[in-house]
Amino acid sequence: MKLVAGYPDSLTEKPFHYCPGCTHGIIHRLVAEVIDELGIREETIGVAPVGCSVLAYEYFDVDMFEASHGRAPAVATGVKRVHPDKIVFTYQGDGDLASIGTAEIIHAANRGEKITTIFVNNAIYGMTGGQMAPTTLVGQKTTTSPFGRDTNTAGHPIKISEMLSVLDGSAYIARVSVHDPKHIRQAKKAIKKAFQVQIEGKGFALVEVLSACPTNWGMAPVEAVKWLADNMVPTYPLGEFKEVE
Amino acid sequence: MGEKILMKGNEAIAEAAIKAGCRYFFGYPITPQNALPEYMSRRLPEVGGVFLQAESEVAASNMVYGAAGAGARVLTSSSSPGISLKMEGISYIAGAELPAVIVNMMRGGPGLGGIQPSQSDYFQATKGGGHGDYRLVVLAPSSVQEAVDLTMEAFEIADRYRNPVMIVGDGIIGQMMEPVEFKKEIDPADLPKKDWATDGAKGREKNVINSLFLDPRELEKHNLKLKAKYDKMKEKEVRYETYKMDDAELVIVAYGTTARIALSAIELAREKGIKVGLIRPISLFPFPEKIIAEAAGKVNSFLVVEMSAGQMVEDVRLAVNGKKEVYFYGRTGGMVPSPEEIVEEIVKIGGAIK
Repeated sequence: MKLVAGYPDSLTEKPFHYCPGCTHGIIHRLVAEVIDELGIREETIGVAPVGCSVLAYEYFDVDMFEASHGRAPAVATGVKRVHPDKIVFTYQGDGDLASIGTAEIIHAANRGEKITTIFVNNAIYGMTGGQMAPTTLVGQKTTTSPFGRDTNTAGHPIKISEMLSVLDGSAYIARVSVHDPKHIRQAKKAIKKAFQVQIEGKGFALVEVLSACPTNWGMAPVEAVKWLADNMVPTYPLGEFKEVE
Repeated sequence: MGEKILMKGNEAIAEAAIKAGCRYFFGYPITPQNALPEYMSRRLPEVGGVFLQAESEVAASNMVYGAAGAGARVLTSSSSPGISLKMEGISYIAGAELPAVIVNMMRGGPGLGGIQPSQSDYFQATKGGGHGDYRLVVLAPSSVQEAVDLTMEAFEIADRYRNPVMIVGDGIIGQMMEPVEFKKEIDPADLPKKDWATDGAKGREKNVINSLFLDPRELEKHNLKLKAKYDKMKEKEVRYETYKMDDAELVIVAYGTTARIALSAIELAREKGIKVGLIRPISLFPFPEKIIAEAAGKVNSFLVVEMSAGQMVEDVRLAVNGKKEVYFYGRTGGMVPSPEEIVEEIVKIGGAIK
């Protein structure tokens, strides 16, 4: 009998704490499947962020770090420099990576740090209860932009993939989404490439994954993925922004 | 090895770290410690190590967290405002119980302050600085040779307790040149393997480097475990030196550069017939409270001399516990006390002794 689907070795059996309809679970699974398929589970060291995925170190069955808010790329740099032959990845949300951790991600990318970053963008601070993020859409209501994000006072949605793709140190930058099965399959391909780029020693790799947050968006799960496709994708166009041969 | 060479304090500390088997340095430029990272940027590649100039002190301290968690001996250095920024990483390093060595060549503060020698980060170094219930082992050399010896020892202590160790000096210790000898050299390959480190879970359960305990019962357990470790340090890692204490009626308590100046003051005071001795704390945490408490039973009074507005004096008062008068003399903002100024203070107090 041929096994066509199974539970990834790179995930522990601990049940996720994520809210119903949250897409972190899908993204965790994609990362774990990629680690399994590349046969690097025992070579991989992951760095979890502060945010909803703060407990990612309990879910990935690889050596893990819990980093302080925004600093995962710095922590990963320390690890990679000590173990250049191992595979090091960070898993970060948009408050973590695109706000408090902008310096760390830009300089890790610019140094061409040979790490892989999974950047989960759900346009809001999830764990702290739905505050405005730098990625929040124009007009989007959050607990700290109750009248909708006003660009006059709160600026514009920050486009991390576009920003990082112009740096000479980045080797692979892509933005994907997980709002339907087709896009989930594309997301997995990009995540796999981002790990392969590291294995081949080409430089820094990041995959930005557009993700749904039904709880803090105040929507049912189905409504949330539809909102993502209709509103986030136009602001954050999908695709590969950089691929160094 | 064995031969004496003339070296600047900052460079001697860097070389001592390498001799202690440290191969990783993450830092960010700040005066007056730049000679240390500059030396590392030349020397580490020669020994197969990594020097990385980070984008900020915050990033540097988190790189140290990563490298320490990955199992390496790792060093960072800075000066006061930069150490404030490193406090985020330092708290996490302490919380996750990782060994690392941090050098603070203290300068005047608060804020941007100045760049001249100071001891005004005593509170920050010994009482926390970062958030949470944690302690650093804090070592304060008063010569370049001692800076070398304590740096090498710092890596041992850090590994022994899985705890960050801070070396505190100032611009004088960092920039003066003195003859030094490196008493040993450790090959990092000979160091015992750290079975808790993250280096890929090959044929074993995964390792996690973490300071998060969401269940308060678990966090309290962790805090108490840390406290037990700090108590053990208090028992085993106290370091100090005494000078002319046998007949002393007044004892100066001073550390680092200030203790060296105090030695000259003691000679001048003794010429005037005032019997002065010195207790020089070498470990600021754990603080040598026992020797000070013992001295309180013998001497008439204490004079604490610091390059601050009065920080270590609080620990001396706790140790003396009201048994004797504890006086304070400090210069601050980068001003260095002269032996004559200290003698003037001694004479003032000397009048009160009789």
